[in-house]
Amino acid sequence: MSSIHPDESMARRVAGFEPGAQPPPRRNKTVGGGKDDGTLIEDPGKRAPLVLGDRSFSDVTNIVCGYTEAPMPRPWLMAFTVFSSVAALGTGMILYLLITGVGVWGLNNQVDWAWDITNFVFWIGIGHAGTLISAVLCLLKQNWRTAVNRSAEAMTIFAVVCAGIFPGIHVGRVWFAWFLAPVPNSNGVWPNFRSPLLWDVFAVSTYATVSLLFWYMGMIPDIATLRDRAKLRLHHNVSRPFALPMPIGSGLVIPFAPRPDMIRAFVYGFMSLGWRFSSRHWHRYEKAYLMLAGIATPLVLSVHSIVSFDFATSILPGWHTTIFPPYFVAGAVFGGFAMVLLLMIPLRAMLPNFSDILTLRHLENMAKILLLTGTMVGFAYSMEFFIAWYSGNEYEFQLFANNRVRPDRAPYWWAYWTMISCNVISPQLFWFRKLRQNPKVIWFVALAVTVGMWFERFVIIVTSLHRAFLPGEWHMFFPTWVDILTFVGSCGIFMTLFLLFLKFLPVFALAEVKVVMPQSSPHEDH
Amino acid sequence: MSAMINNLLSAVADYFPMVLRKPAPRFVTERGNRVYGLVAEFTETPKVFHAAEHVRDAGYSKWDVHTPFPIHDIESAMGIKTTKLPLMAGGAALTGVTVGALLQWGTTAILFPQVVQGKPMDAWQAFLPVTFELGILFTAFMCIFGMLALNGLPRFHHPLFSHARFCHASDDTFVIAIEAEDPNFDPVKTRELLEKIGGTHITLIEDED
Repeated sequence: MSSIHPDESMARRVAGFEPGAQPPPRRNKTVGGGKDDGTLIEDPGKRAPLVLGDRSFSDVTNIVCGYTEAPMPRPWLMAFTVFSSVAALGTGMILYLLITGVGVWGLNNQVDWAWDITNFVFWIGIGHAGTLISAVLCLLKQNWRTAVNRSAEAMTIFAVVCAGIFPGIHVGRVWFAWFLAPVPNSNGVWPNFRSPLLWDVFAVSTYATVSLLFWYMGMIPDIATLRDRAKLRLHHNVSRPFALPMPIGSGLVIPFAPRPDMIRAFVYGFMSLGWRFSSRHWHRYEKAYLMLAGIATPLVLSVHSIVSFDFATSILPGWHTTIFPPYFVAGAVFGGFAMVLLLMIPLRAMLPNFSDILTLRHLENMAKILLLTGTMVGFAYSMEFFIAWYSGNEYEFQLFANNRVRPDRAPYWWAYWTMISCNVISPQLFWFRKLRQNPKVIWFVALAVTVGMWFERFVIIVTSLHRAFLPGEWHMFFPTWVDILTFVGSCGIFMTLFLLFLKFLPVFALAEVKVVMPQSSPHEDH
Repeated sequence: MSAMINNLLSAVADYFPMVLRKPAPRFVTERGNRVYGLVAEFTETPKVFHAAEHVRDAGYSKWDVHTPFPIHDIESAMGIKTTKLPLMAGGAALTGVTVGALLQWGTTAILFPQVVQGKPMDAWQAFLPVTFELGILFTAFMCIFGMLALNGLPRFHHPLFSHARFCHASDDTFVIAIEAEDPNFDPVKTRELLEKIGGTHITLIEDED
C-alpha cells in the first residue's frame, strides 16, 4: 500500500515529523487536481468517501497530531500576535468599563440595551452550531459531521465565553453579579424565578457546562493519542529539545528546559484521565455520547428559545411575538454554521492535508444548511412583518414600517436592509451547484451571513427600543469607541482561544474520523 | 455476588494500595513481579473482530480489546452486557427535575414569597424552563461522570502503560489483553490461543509497582 519503507515510516511516526512536515500528499491520482476532489458525486447509488487519498489510520493520526506537535507555521504566529493583542485591548475596555461605569457606552434612557446584548445574542447564537453538529447530526447519523464537529464544538465553547462576558458586565455594578446565582441575598430575598432573565442565566450556564463536558469527553481519546505519541518519542529518545516559539530565533534551544514531549506526556496524560482505548470503556463511552447527543438536542433548542424569551415576554412592539423562539433557533444555527465555514475554509487552504478529511462535499453540505436555515430566517422575517400588518396592532406595524423598513422614515433602515441582503439574499446563491461547491464563494457568503446575523440582533434590539410608545422618549443610539472596541475585543478573545485550540488540541475528532473510514468495518465484505 | 465484591475490593486496592492490599497474584515473573496478563496485536479490524469472538468462545471473562476507535458491534463479539448507564442517567434526570422544581417553588412560594408583577407565587408555568435546564444538567453530569466512574477512570497508572508497543493502540493497532486474574488464564495455553487466532507481538505484561 505504502511506497515508503516500513522502517522509515515508523521512524517518521516516532519522531513526530520534522517541523511542519506532514505525511505524503494523497496517493490515488484519480481524484487529484481540478476543482472536484471526487466527493461531489451526484449518483444516489454511490456514497462519497469521507476521507480522501487512500489514507490509513496512522496517516490520519499523523495529519491531525502532526500539526499539534510541529512548531506552528508563520501565519499562525502572525494571527496569534494580532488577535491576542486585540483580545488584550478588549480586556482593557472591560476594565475601563468596570472602573468608570456603563456610562462609557452609548446607552441612554430609551436605548438601555444596545451593543452589549446584541453581542451577547450574536455570540450565543454562533455557539449553537457546535452542539447542533455534534448532537443533532449524530442522532441523524450524518457521518460527514466528523470532519467539523471538534472544531465546531471548540467554537461553541469560545463563543459562549464571549457571550458570557456581556451580560456579566452590562449590569453596571458587577460586584452584584452574584445576584444571578440561586442564593438568597443578605435580606433573604431569592432571585425572581418568574423572570425570563433568570431563566436565561440557567439556560446559558447549563449550555456552557454541557457543551464543555461534551467537547471534553469527545477529546479524551484523542488527547490520549497525543499522550501516547509523546511517550513513544520519549521512549525511543527522539524527542526534540525545547525551543522558543518565536518568529525570530525560533531555533534557539533553551538550556535546562524540559523537553516539550515531557510536558506533553504529563499534561495530555493528565487530561486524558488514563484512557486506554478499552472496548469495555468504548461501549459505555458511546452510550454516554449518544445520550448526551439526545439531551443536547432539546437543550440547544431550549437555550436560544429562552434567550428569545428575554424579548418575547416583554410588551414592547417588535419584541412581543410568539415567532421568536423558532426564529431565534434557526438564526442561531444559521450564524453558527457561517462561523464554522468562515474559520474552516482558510484553515483547509493553509494546511493542505486537512482537505483529505474536510472535503468539498462537507463544505457543500454546510452550504446547503446555510441555504435552508437562511431561507427559514427569511420566512421568519416575512412572517413577522406579515403578522405586524395582519394582527391590526398599529404599534407593531408602525414599528416595522417607521423604525426599520422605510428608508424615508426609519433612521435604521440601512441596518434592516443590510440584514435582509446578507441573511436572506446572499445564501440564495447556493441554489446554484457551481457556487455552493466553490470554497471562495462559500467563504464570502459565510462572511456576509456573520455580518448579517450581528445586524439582525442589532435591528431587533435597538430599532425596537429607540422609539417605543411615547414620542417624547425617542432617542437614537450612537455607539462610543468603547462599545466598538469591546465588540472588536470579544472577536479577539474568540480568535485567540481558537488559535490556541489549533495549536494544543486535536482539531479533528480522530477516533470518529477513523470510524467513518471503510477499513474500520469489522466485516471483510465492506 | 462474591465476584462483584472481589472486583470492588480489587478496584479499591488499585486506587488505595496503602489501605488495601491486592490478593496474592496467581502468577509472578522470575523477577518477582505480578503478572498482569498477555497482550497480542492485530492490524486489521475484521481480524481482531474474529479473534475477539474466539477469545469469548474460549470462556475468558477478564480480558479486553484495546482499539483506536470503537469497533461497531464489538460488544457482541466480546460478549459485553449492555451498560446500566442509561438507567443511571434517567435517575439523574428525575433528580434534576425535582431539585429544579423544589428550588423554585420552595423559594418563591414558601421561603420568601414576594409579589412581582402581580404574578401568582406558585404558578408552575414560570418554573418550567429552569426545571428543564436542571434536568438536562444533572443528566449530562451523570452521563459523563457516571461513564468515567463505571470505567474506573481517571486511573493514571496501569500495567499496560509500561508496554511501549501498547502506545500504538491509540494509532492503528488493535490489542487483545487477557488478564492473569482470569480463572482460565494459563501462561502457555493462553499464548497458544493468541497465536492461533492470529495475534502478533505476543508479550507478557508485568505489573512493576
